[in-house]
Amino acid sequence: MKFSYFPGCTLKTKAKQLDVYARKCAEVLGITLEEIPAWQCCGGVFNASRDEIASKLSAVRALSAARDAGQPLVSVCSACHNVIKQTNAAMQDDGEFASHVNHYLTQPGQGQAEPYYGETEVYHYLELLRDVVGFDKVKAAVKHPLTGKKIGAYYGCLLLRPSGVMAMDDPENPQILEDFIRAIGGEPVIYAMRNECCGGYMTLEDKALAAKKSTAVLDNASVNGADLLVTACPLCKYNLDKNGKNDLPVVYFTELLAEALGIKE
Amino acid sequence: MEKNKTAALREQILRASGVNPKKCMRCGKCSGTCPAYDEMEYHPHQFVYMVETGNIEPLLHSESVYKCLSCFACVERCPRGVEPAKLIEALCAAVTRPQGANHMTPDDIPALLDEDLPQQAIVSALRKYMK
Amino acid sequence: MQRIGVFVCWCGSNIAATVDVHAVAEAAKLEPGVVFSTDYQYMCSQAGQNMIIDAVKEHKLTGLVICSCSPRMHEATFRKTAANAGINPYMVEIANIREQCSWVHKDMPTGTEKAIILAKAAIAKVHLNTPLTPGESKVTKRALVIGGGIAGIQTALDIADAGYPVDIVEKEPTIGGKMAQLDKTFPTLDCAACILTPKMVDAAQNENIRIISYAKVEEVGGFVGNFHVKIRKKARFVNEDVCTGCGLCTEKCPQKKVPNAFNLNMDNHRAIYIPFAQAVPKVAVIDPDYCNMLKNGKCGVCAKVCTAGAIDYKQEDQIIEEDYGAIVAATGYNPISVEKFDEFAYSQSKDVITSLEFERLTNAAGPTAGKLLRPSDGEHPHTIVFVQCVGSRCASCAGKGKEYCSKICCMYTAKHAMLVRDKYPDTEVYVFYIDVRTPGKNFDEFYRRAVEEYGVHYIKGMVGKVTPENGKLKVQASDLLADRQLHIDADLVVLAAAIEPDKSARPLATMLTASMDTNDFFTEAHPKLRPVESPTAGIFLSGACQGPKDIPETVSQASAAAAKVIGLLSKNTLKGNPCVAQSDELMCNGCSSCANVCPYGAITYVNKEFRMPDRTTKVRRVASVNPAVCQGCGACTVACPSGAMDLNGFKNNQIMAEVDAICK
Repeated sequence: MKFSYFPGCTLKTKAKQLDVYARKCAEVLGITLEEIPAWQCCGGVFNASRDEIASKLSAVRALSAARDAGQPLVSVCSACHNVIKQTNAAMQDDGEFASHVNHYLTQPGQGQAEPYYGETEVYHYLELLRDVVGFDKVKAAVKHPLTGKKIGAYYGCLLLRPSGVMAMDDPENPQILEDFIRAIGGEPVIYAMRNECCGGYMTLEDKALAAKKSTAVLDNASVNGADLLVTACPLCKYNLDKNGKNDLPVVYFTELLAEALGIKE
Repeated sequence: MEKNKTAALREQILRASGVNPKKCMRCGKCSGTCPAYDEMEYHPHQFVYMVETGNIEPLLHSESVYKCLSCFACVERCPRGVEPAKLIEALCAAVTRPQGANHMTPDDIPALLDEDLPQQAIVSALRKYMK
Repeated sequence: MQRIGVFVCWCGSNIAATVDVHAVAEAAKLEPGVVFSTDYQYMCSQAGQNMIIDAVKEHKLTGLVICSCSPRMHEATFRKTAANAGINPYMVEIANIREQCSWVHKDMPTGTEKAIILAKAAIAKVHLNTPLTPGESKVTKRALVIGGGIAGIQTALDIADAGYPVDIVEKEPTIGGKMAQLDKTFPTLDCAACILTPKMVDAAQNENIRIISYAKVEEVGGFVGNFHVKIRKKARFVNEDVCTGCGLCTEKCPQKKVPNAFNLNMDNHRAIYIPFAQAVPKVAVIDPDYCNMLKNGKCGVCAKVCTAGAIDYKQEDQIIEEDYGAIVAATGYNPISVEKFDEFAYSQSKDVITSLEFERLTNAAGPTAGKLLRPSDGEHPHTIVFVQCVGSRCASCAGKGKEYCSKICCMYTAKHAMLVRDKYPDTEVYVFYIDVRTPGKNFDEFYRRAVEEYGVHYIKGMVGKVTPENGKLKVQASDLLADRQLHIDADLVVLAAAIEPDKSARPLATMLTASMDTNDFFTEAHPKLRPVESPTAGIFLSGACQGPKDIPETVSQASAAAAKVIGLLSKNTLKGNPCVAQSDELMCNGCSSCANVCPYGAITYVNKEFRMPDRTTKVRRVASVNPAVCQGCGACTVACPSGAMDLNGFKNNQIMAEVDAICK
């Protein structure tokens, strides 16, 4: 099955592992990811103001390109997924907002684009594994199960909230990452801070706050027995690694997937 | 701020955020759940109440508008669907939009860089704090 | 030609403020057949009714049109007036110029114009009215109470005391309901068992009461006074008449790992068990999902130890069929599942519990024999946080919370907090509240005692997150009055979960054709004036199945429902509604369309001999309506392709006459 793919800025630079392994694993699992031509950075944060038009155009461009390709749109980065999915919902539900956006919507090489009203189906890579591939198939494809590894899922905020729009999982008691961890042979560790904010967006504005929040997440995970954390967000990873006062390792979920599938160099 | 201007600003914030502060039943769950509470002078429930009553001026001059982590925990857990974070975001936009009022600009960035900092941190900070 | 009188009511200013009542009366005078027309301030008052009676006599009226409020409000009143004046009650028509006119219009000219049209339609109809006489049906003098909690028990006891037989159908193996699980009761702190179990015994010993436990209603037919009900009594694999309740089997059964539902699964019982010591009936029951004998034929220990020979592994479900005159729904409530509110970590920590679980933890007959111990490690908790309104007053949490206030939580939380401080003064107790709602006799005083005498910390604010860490529960909450965020290391967190109607209520309501609201609470016939009756005749409501209620309120409503049932059962016959369907056999072509749409099963088909014009006889299949079962909904009259079916009091020609009058 073919999907349009939106990698996002950080996956091309600081978070190459997230991107590279996502593509390689998709290949192994029978999924074709087709990178959207000339995509632009999503902006990293969804601005909830309804009168913010310009900051949402890049997400709408990606969505309408996928629509034109007749494919669902996939992203791996939590922030990209959150921005794209929230923008898509706004284009569906808020007619006034959508008509404003459509006035400014152009596609490279074709000028004014076909108006977009939220037609594209948006997936996070994890949803692809769960709903398209199936975790049982993932499990069957595993060559090196991560047996005995106690892994804490770190959802953060972007994957789950607002749950009405993101609709990935139960926002207070999510399972998708735990099921993923089980599929690759690891042992999920449940800890309460897994869906609390690490304070990543504060890393430039208030480093102390970012440090306080990320440390609380790491401490709670390690106290509950986690050997490492998995995340889908480069900002979370940076913040937990760099600002958090706890040495608990944090890795991208795609790295572990590649390791389990036996394709990690 | 004069009365008419405040009323207009209030309307603008409510329209942009889509928030109806009258839905608030003053339970304080937003402030109970907020991870940035201690860094804020005004707290999520106060944002809602102060906008509702038109007491917006103090919010515009408070660092609190920059402290929201955009984590949406208050939005998710509010029993009445008030969405305080959206209100704070609209206020932040109202503060930073006037000429020269940016809270952060590209000139501030180089001093804050380190070799691991993801691009995402820079674009999101500028999107949150600069117009 | 009818001689019609028209009476226009002002209803004080309710009608007169937006309808020119005098103009309506004058306009009516011009209609054919109207010989008298007037208006009056309160037509339903004694003076108004006398005015009608005098006019009937003076003008020899044969039909009446009352322009007033909805027929739901005062049709019965004016029919009685007509009867008092000596004319058939069904010669009265109501033109609703209040709810459907003055209340919905703002200006006098529009209101008046519409009122005149409505009056004209009623006049046109009354021309075609014929006197009707209601039929009578017998009343079966036996009541059915569905649900054996405190509501059902009280209703049954009161009905039985009046001398009528009652059956209680209870889905659990014992009656007692939620109250049997409680420890103490507010505001007097008497123990729930001490006041409930005597009532349970009374019910069991009352010769007018039959308890059908471990059973559910499967089918309901018939109508008020004459219900026919099918009840399935589940196999308990123990002969109820033989078992002495000695409990030996419940100690010897080797299968020890069966979650104890009565203790909310906080401990286990055996595969054969008696729910609790004071159960009624005190008879053992085998859980077939766990019994080795029933699952694979290997065991039989209980049969061996039972000296009474009560064990019967071959017992099957039993169907009981019975006739009843009245049915009472008393299906009660349950706390909602709090797993969806996992910011409170209920599914992550054993030490986050619901208030009902707390009741069992403090109950002498509970899993800890009444000692308040943490479920995780059996240690005594030194800091306890109570969270109110978990899932209550929750307008934005579709599918997980409830928009309404659950009403009982403020009081039971005050009770819990007070009892903890009384018994364990070394324990710090925090209660997070949005509002403290304690209306009720001695209720607010009770809550204040918790604060002032027992030193419970009441904090205006809400818990936002509970994080289990290192054996503690880190509670993050707001203290709105102090304007700060609190961080409390608690040993136990107790969630006051919203309550919802029992899941069995919705299918039951369908069987009873009783209406429900969007929350699955039974709807009352009138929210203020008929709070214990369902709009469906013969169905009554008792306890929390109608809305959240505490015990005093439940018992009051239970007795009120009983009074209504007794009133019904004390009648030998019931007057039916004469406005029922009637088939013109000469026009009926026997197609069954009417029988197919009838929701009450009131239409059957009979083969009947007809004399044909050529003097031969022919047998034809024709519809026949049972007037006692027909509710007069009129569905059949619309379905009938040949126009044979008609509804008395609302005949096709009457409806058409009204339409014509409106369109004229």
